[in-house]
Amino acid sequence: MKKVFWALWTAAFAAGLIGVVQRLSTGHLYAAYGSYIPWGLWVAVYIYLVGLSAGAFLISTVIYVFGVQKLASVGRLALFTALITLVVALLSIWFDLGHMSRFWRVYSSRAWTSMMAWMVWLYTAYFSLLLVETWFAIRADLVRRASGRGAVALVARVLVLGRSDLSGAALARDHRMVRLLATLGVPLATAFHGGVGALFGVIGARLFWHASIYPLLFLASALASGSALLTFLTAFWGPGRGTSEHRELVTLLATVTLGLLLVDVLFEFAEFSISLYATIPAAVRGFLIVLFGPYWWVFWIVHLGLGTIVPIAILATKRRQPQWAGVGAFLIAATFISVRLNIIVPGLAYPELQGLERAYIGPRLSYQYFPSLLEWQVSAFVASVGIALFALGLRFLPIVTARGREA
Amino acid sequence: MPRAPFRISPQAREDVLIRMQRDLERALQKPLKKRRWAMVIDTRKCVGCSACTIGCVLENKLPPGVVYRPVIDIEVGTYPNVTRKFLPRPCMQCDNPPCVPVCPVRATWKREDGIVAIDYNTCIGCRYCITACPYQARTFDFGENWTDGAARGADDDLALQTGRAYQTRPSFEYGREWNRIAGGSPVGNVRKCQFCLHRIEAGMLPMCVTTCIGRATFFGDSNDPESLVSELASSPDVTRLKEDMGTEPKVYYLL
Repeated sequence: MKKVFWALWTAAFAAGLIGVVQRLSTGHLYAAYGSYIPWGLWVAVYIYLVGLSAGAFLISTVIYVFGVQKLASVGRLALFTALITLVVALLSIWFDLGHMSRFWRVYSSRAWTSMMAWMVWLYTAYFSLLLVETWFAIRADLVRRASGRGAVALVARVLVLGRSDLSGAALARDHRMVRLLATLGVPLATAFHGGVGALFGVIGARLFWHASIYPLLFLASALASGSALLTFLTAFWGPGRGTSEHRELVTLLATVTLGLLLVDVLFEFAEFSISLYATIPAAVRGFLIVLFGPYWWVFWIVHLGLGTIVPIAILATKRRQPQWAGVGAFLIAATFISVRLNIIVPGLAYPELQGLERAYIGPRLSYQYFPSLLEWQVSAFVASVGIALFALGLRFLPIVTARGREA
Repeated sequence: MPRAPFRISPQAREDVLIRMQRDLERALQKPLKKRRWAMVIDTRKCVGCSACTIGCVLENKLPPGVVYRPVIDIEVGTYPNVTRKFLPRPCMQCDNPPCVPVCPVRATWKREDGIVAIDYNTCIGCRYCITACPYQARTFDFGENWTDGAARGADDDLALQTGRAYQTRPSFEYGREWNRIAGGSPVGNVRKCQFCLHRIEAGMLPMCVTTCIGRATFFGDSNDPESLVSELASSPDVTRLKEDMGTEPKVYYLL
C-alpha cells in the first residue's frame, strides 16, 4: 500500500515537474483559460488550499485559545497542516500570475482599495504568525530531540535556534506565546479567509459572485473542509493509533466535522435557494451553469454525492470507527475542490454583453473551459510538494508525538 | 418658374474627420486636466464591417486573442422580419471604473483626461480587473503570435513573411515602445483600448475613428461645447451601455 502510494506520488511529482518547467519556459501559452474565463484550476486550487489552511488553523485555536483539552494532542498537527496547505496554496497562485517576478509589488504599491492586496497582506501576516506559533508549540520537543543522534536530532538542533532552555519558566513562556499568537490568529485567519470570500463578493459586475454571504460562506466551508482534512490525517497518522484515546479523538473530530459540514450545507442552501428564486434571468445564469451546465456532474456527483451525502452517511453512522471516520473525512476534504471550481468557473462562463461570444473569434475568447494538461500537471506538482512537505514534517519534526498532549 | 440652384454649405461638405481633427487640435492646446476624451458611436451608420477592429489590431499590434474593439453582431426580430444591428465595444473609459480599485498593485488608474490607463511594467498579470469590468473590455496577452505553428522555410510565402515582420514591430501604447516578441510586457499583462492615447497626443485621431468606412465613430473633447462629440452626446437618441450601473461610461451610442 505504502509502495503504491509513493509510486503514485513519484509519477505525480515527475509529471508536475515537467509541467512546471513548461510553465516557466512558455508562460501561459499551454493553459486553457483565456480572457473571458481568466481564472481556472490554479485559482480554484489556491482557494481550496487556503480554505483548508484557515479551517485547520481555526480548529487549532479551539485547543490553544479555548482550552479544549480533548483535542490537545492534535494541536501541532492542526498548526502544521495549516502551514503546509498555506505554503502550497501560495505556490499555486504564484504560477497563475502573468509576471511571477513582480509579486513583491503587492507589498510596495499600497493598493488600499484592492481586496486582493488586503488578502495578500493578511496571508503574509497569517503565514508569519503560523510559523512562529508552530515553532513555540514544538520548541520544547525539539530541544529534547536535539541531544540524540542522526538526522532527526540534527534538524532539531538547527531549528531550536539556540534556545534550549527547558526550565519551567521557559516552558510556561512557550505556552503563553502559543496562546497569545493563537488568540491573535483568530481574527487574522477570519479576516484573511473572509477576505478571500470578499475578493469575489465585491465584484459587482459578476452577479454570481456578488453576494454578501460570500465571506461567511468561505469561512464556513474553510471550517468544514479544514476539520475534515484534520480528521482524515488524525485517523491515519495521528498520535496513539490503535488506542482507545485515538478512537475517542477521531470520533470527536469526526463529530465536529459533521456539524461543520451541515452548517456549510445550510449556508450553501441559503445562497443557492435565494439566488435561484430571483425572477430576473440574468441573476440566475451562473447557478444554472453549476446545476445543469456542461459540468453538472461536478456539483451533483462529486460535491453533493461524494462530498456531502456519502460522508454525512458515513460520519453519522460509523464515526466511532477511526478508519471509517477517516474515509468519510477524506471524501469531504478531497472533493471540496469541486466547490472551489464551481465558484470560479460558472461566475465567468457567460458573456456580460449579449453577443460578445461571437463578436471576435480568437483562441482565448471562449466561454468554455476545461483545464489543460499543463494546468493538471502544475496542480499535481503543488499537491505532491504539499504531501512531501507533510511527510518530511512527520518524519523530522515533533508534530505527532506521545508528548503531543503537553502542548 | 426656375428653381433656385441647390446649395451645399461648405461645412456640410466637409468630412467629419476634418472637424474632429480641428476639435482634437483645439483640445490639445488645453492643459491635460481640462480635456475629457469621449467617443460617440452611431449604430445607425455602422454596417458591421469591422474595419475599426482590424485598424485597432494593426495600430496596437494585437496578437491573437487580444481585442480592444470587437463589433458585436446582434440579430433582431423573427423571420421574416429580421434585421441585424452592430455594436462596436471599445473600453468605455468609465468615470467610475470598477476595474481600477480592484488592482492589487495600482497598475491601472483613471487619468485626468478621462482615459483609464494600464502601466504594463507594473501589472503583475493577476487578471482580477478582467473579472471586474462589466463590459468585458479587458483581455490578457498570453504571448501568442499570428504565425505560431506556421511552417518555416526560406521560401515562405509573402503572407507569412509579412506576418512575421508585423509581429516584430513594436506597439506604441501609452507613448512608449513595446516589443512583445521578446517575451516581456505586454505579454503576461492585461490590455485594453486606451482611445489610441499615443496617437491622440501626437495630434492624430484614434485608429478606429479614421478607419470607419461609414464615419460612424466620433471622437473628441467632451469638455469643449463646440466639439462634435459634445454636440452628438447631447442628442436625445443617445444612450450608454449598462447606464443603470452608474459606471458613467465616456462612450455614447446613437440609436
